[in-house]
Amino acid sequence: MRIELNGQSKDLDGPSTVAELLRALGLERAPCAVEVNAQLVRKALHPSHALAEGDRVEVVTLVGGG
Amino acid sequence: MRLPKATASRSLPLLEAADAEYLMTTQQPPIIARTSPIAPALPPLRIGSFTLKSRLVVGTGKYRDYPTMQAAIEASGADCVTVAVRRERLVDAEGRSILDFLPLERLTILPNTAGCFTADDAVRVSRLGREILEQLGNPGAGWVKLEVLGDRTTLLPDPVGTLEACKELVKDGFTVLCYSSDDPIIAARLRDAGAASVMPAGSPIGSGRGIANPAAIRMVIDRLKLAEQGGSADYPVIVDAGVGTASDIVHAMELGADGVLLNTGIAHAQDPVRMAHAMRLALDAGWHTARAGRIPRKLYANASSPWEGVITHIPGE
Repeated sequence: MRIELNGQSKDLDGPSTVAELLRALGLERAPCAVEVNAQLVRKALHPSHALAEGDRVEVVTLVGGG
Repeated sequence: MRLPKATASRSLPLLEAADAEYLMTTQQPPIIARTSPIAPALPPLRIGSFTLKSRLVVGTGKYRDYPTMQAAIEASGADCVTVAVRRERLVDAEGRSILDFLPLERLTILPNTAGCFTADDAVRVSRLGREILEQLGNPGAGWVKLEVLGDRTTLLPDPVGTLEACKELVKDGFTVLCYSSDDPIIAARLRDAGAASVMPAGSPIGSGRGIANPAAIRMVIDRLKLAEQGGSADYPVIVDAGVGTASDIVHAMELGADGVLLNTGIAHAQDPVRMAHAMRLALDAGWHTARAGRIPRKLYANASSPWEGVITHIPGE
């Protein structure tokens, strides 16, 4: 299954939830927020939100800014 | 040739804020000469349900390294810092996060929507910031510094997009601090839309040009704070952007601002920690100056030493 992750194409091995994707990226404990197709997916819903072919996923965090 | 006396003594009061009623309504710490080397603390800054001890809010961007940022925040005395929301860098080997260098237990984080050019994007980014700050248990989850920008060259606010996003975010329960242009009309519109604070730009972000149009900033402050213009003395107005040096902060506070937000002026100074210290002192200086009742500007001189008893020849007399 292919998704777009932070603007880059990414192949996933079979079906995956948001929580599984974060685990695969090593970000399960990192303070981050996830959007799928421009909609926020709250942390409580990460384990149940299944990703679909072609989903646009953004994983964001906090950086320095003014 | 001698000018008429009326001209010589005419004051130029346009930008002197010292007579404005909103400066006199807040609680004012007394100045007790020679009893304490420590300046009295200013009253806290209230923005919606938030209370800040320091009226200086500092950004966390553009520092050469995180330890310098950390020391500069400390020196600034700020208890609120801004951050931005960006893509997680999925291939970063070092993996150090700015959050490891921010004392989250004593700082309120103010997430911004920098980089947003539409109201929709600003709402998206606000929600993402809130999601992260909720996970961190930081009170900053409840608010946002709203920026909807017009273009990348000027980074000036898009007033239409800002107003649209402000309404949406207020509806969604955010305490919204609106970055705005120095225009009293849009400032009042943002306030009416539920913005908890309007933050007019002194000059473009990162330009270091200080208060480019002091008269406009004064009009924004009057509009939002003077009862006769439909304002309220306790409505917080924070001058945001353009601060290049400490005197710019003094200037903003003299015009009646409640606080100042800056980033580049500290982060890109040659000695950011020392500059942060200077900015902190400037904020105090400006706050007191605004309430001390400065003298009117005059075109001509007014001798400090008495004329009576001079033993000299005075030209023209």
